[in-house]
Amino acid sequence: MTAVLPSRPQRPEGGRLIDQFEYGLDAPICLTWELTYACNLACVHCLSSSGRRDPRELSTAEAEGVIDELQRMQVFYVNVGGGEPTVRPDFWHLLDYAIGHDVGVKFSTNGVKLDKVRAAQLARTDYVDVQISLDGATAEVNDRVRGAGSFATATRALENLAEAGMKDFKVSVVVTRENVSQLDQFKALTDSYGAQLRITRFRPSGRGADVWDQLHPTQAQQRELYAWLLANGDNVLTGDSFFHLSALGESLPGLNLCGAGRVVCLIDPVGDVYACPFAIHENFLAGNVRSPGGFQQVWQNSELFADLRNPQTGGACTKCAHFDACRGGCMAAKFFTGLPLDGPDPECVQGYGETALAARDLGLVTPKSSIDHSHKGPVRGQPTLLGMPSIPVKACDESPLAGLTAG
Amino acid sequence: MTAPAGPVVDVEFDPALPWQKARSVALRPEPFGALVYHFGNRKLSFLKSKMLVAVVTSLADHPSAEATLVACGVPEAQRPAYAKALADLARSQMITPRESA
Repeated sequence: MTAVLPSRPQRPEGGRLIDQFEYGLDAPICLTWELTYACNLACVHCLSSSGRRDPRELSTAEAEGVIDELQRMQVFYVNVGGGEPTVRPDFWHLLDYAIGHDVGVKFSTNGVKLDKVRAAQLARTDYVDVQISLDGATAEVNDRVRGAGSFATATRALENLAEAGMKDFKVSVVVTRENVSQLDQFKALTDSYGAQLRITRFRPSGRGADVWDQLHPTQAQQRELYAWLLANGDNVLTGDSFFHLSALGESLPGLNLCGAGRVVCLIDPVGDVYACPFAIHENFLAGNVRSPGGFQQVWQNSELFADLRNPQTGGACTKCAHFDACRGGCMAAKFFTGLPLDGPDPECVQGYGETALAARDLGLVTPKSSIDHSHKGPVRGQPTLLGMPSIPVKACDESPLAGLTAG
Repeated sequence: MTAPAGPVVDVEFDPALPWQKARSVALRPEPFGALVYHFGNRKLSFLKSKMLVAVVTSLADHPSAEATLVACGVPEAQRPAYAKALADLARSQMITPRESA
């Protein structure tokens, strides 16, 4: 991101909303706030390379300060994640604090803390949304990437929420090569808990970069996914994350635009503000909420965000007949696969991404984030995708009789 | 999580009746107009011009939606488009009928 630009194009009067969004908003619509890098799991594709808590993470008082600011800016809700946000001892306090200050909370969790008591508490709480992450409709597919026992943990949380009478909770799925064929199964599983299915795009961010070649859906699978979304899209949430598929023809519902720094951003656990949750890299770091002026100053005045708040005018994609449909796709996906930001998305459904990937310099080292909180040693229930050693799950973690065969 | 304010009824928008911005709706000014958020049903919507913002915020001060359009100086040619925008907002419960004029 370059420093001084002579002048920036002026925002047009009126016109389509999507054109207005390209010039940014006074406050984000979709703000993700990762409360901690600590996580009990070690998912192979973690977008934030989470695992270990960072000692510089925002204190309770600082987090409350951020919430006060979001209320002043009229950010009506935040997407809370991590790491595993519920392992922060003050998570439940911050949840109540946010709701008490007109900032609704949608939080993502692997379900580890959602016992019957917490599920009942959530069911009683207005203005909170829960998403349970699941990346396989079966334990076999899920646990390979999220770790042994993680399917059981997630489904137990889903049972608890359903039993407590929680409404509108979500099952959140990152679509991969290994689970894309399970979409109908995911829908059935979700329906069985009275929950709602949310599927989002897998990006090569964080540890996702290490397994992207292995896990990102093939071109044929992208077309299957597109057909599935057209057939089922009304009943499935997507976070508008599949807009690159719109270049296959019919536009998908939602915002078909990269919102990074325009309508979307991330506050990370240490207060750093990035253009998007999938862009934890110094190139997309706009500032820190601890600096003078706080989050508002970063959102409204950072040089980086000003640069992002322009329509894309150059580059290979602008000459493509489908540019208006996909707007060049996902910035993070391009960046972490070493593609130019004004060129095609690596998963461009017109095939330009594959060509661009093939044309990369053989000596190219793809950009890697220096921010890595991954567990350093093996963790219990290590995912098996990478064939790394793991600490076996203790038999009694599941049930006192698990793994024991009757004699 | 409790159910949003009552069952979703398909509100027929009659511009001759008095309307108001719903109580649980907040408006956030934006360069192009405003963002509207309903704390009850959690719907997010956008007012695509500053004039529409003026209309929505002053609905309660006028005897009818029509009168509000006139009072806010919406050009006659644009009134059908504004009425349609208000009808959309009524459908998503962002504006509600007012009991008396």
